[in-house]
Amino acid sequence: MTQAINQGLDNQNPDSLLKENVILTTLDALVNWMRKGSVWPLTFGTACCAIEMMATYASKYDLDRFGAGIPRATPRQADLMIVAGTVNHKMAPRVKRLYDQMPDPKFVLAMGGCVIKGGPYAKYGYHVLQGVDRIIPVDVYVPGCPPRPEALIEGLFRVQQKIMREKILDRERLAARPKVFDGREWTLPTGPPKKK
Amino acid sequence: MDTSQVFAAIRERFGGAIVEENTTNRDPFVKVAPASLHDVMAFLRDDPRFRCDLLSLVSGVDYGDDLGVVYHAESTSLGHVVVVKADLPRAKAEVATVSDLWSAANWHEREAFDLVGITFTGHPNLVRILTAEDWVGHPLRKDYQFPTEYHGIVCEFEGIHDGTWAEHTGEQLG
Repeated sequence: MTQAINQGLDNQNPDSLLKENVILTTLDALVNWMRKGSVWPLTFGTACCAIEMMATYASKYDLDRFGAGIPRATPRQADLMIVAGTVNHKMAPRVKRLYDQMPDPKFVLAMGGCVIKGGPYAKYGYHVLQGVDRIIPVDVYVPGCPPRPEALIEGLFRVQQKIMREKILDRERLAARPKVFDGREWTLPTGPPKKK
Repeated sequence: MDTSQVFAAIRERFGGAIVEENTTNRDPFVKVAPASLHDVMAFLRDDPRFRCDLLSLVSGVDYGDDLGVVYHAESTSLGHVVVVKADLPRAKAEVATVSDLWSAANWHEREAFDLVGITFTGHPNLVRILTAEDWVGHPLRKDYQFPTEYHGIVCEFEGIHDGTWAEHTGEQLG
């Protein structure tokens, strides 16, 4: 058997052997390729866009093909926060709190018209947060009402492209990402207001 | 059971409390004085002729001058719907709660309090239910002022209410 292997090696051109069996890459590309292939999203759907997000996870449009198919219920284990659905002023401190609880490096994908600029509630929505980028930094915007699953998949691709562009040695830029966006702190109410 | 018979029975028992009665609408209703509302609703629930065991809806209304409440009480066994209304003065919009008769009224009355500002006396937990706990104002009133900011967040889409939207975005409002 060893003779057969040696014969096989002797008969082949070393250049083509190298081409077929050796990969050269940068550490940046390799590490980022591994990172982008396993972006774990946080299950965060508030309204109708959540239905399209669920459809994207399901078997027809399957987000798991791209590594993003296990949504984490806890922000502590999530890389990507897909904010799908209208965010109210009542919900806004909770969204901010979940974003703060996600560990770095984290990304935010704003899905749907409501979280981009208020959507259909932009003019008369007194209680609608006019765009979730008023409280957290957003990396990718996916417009639509709701966006089709293909559009959400493209949004995920844009997040992956962002990941591929990062460099390990660029630690200052990575460290300078805002950890608490604009320092706004809310105190969430701990229960119903006290009766007078 | 025919609604006119229901109204006749209410008139017989609470004659003085009825303010208005309308049987020609698609949804006939009887409007009572707010002070006797709780007794009328208890009568509708307990009387064996009507047995309104399901409260479908409690709505708060702003009629422009006055506020009001509308109750839709249904009977699952006898199959009729009774609509009872009450007009409340804007300065003192108070009415007794019916959450001790039907538990469903608990959240419906919280919504009417939150959005229209009607106080339900005797309610076990009358706090805001839809808007944030420290929201100011009652949004579904006709004289509601749109907030400009909430905890430092700008509430409105820039310039949409004072007409300067085109300057902010460079686009034209249709």
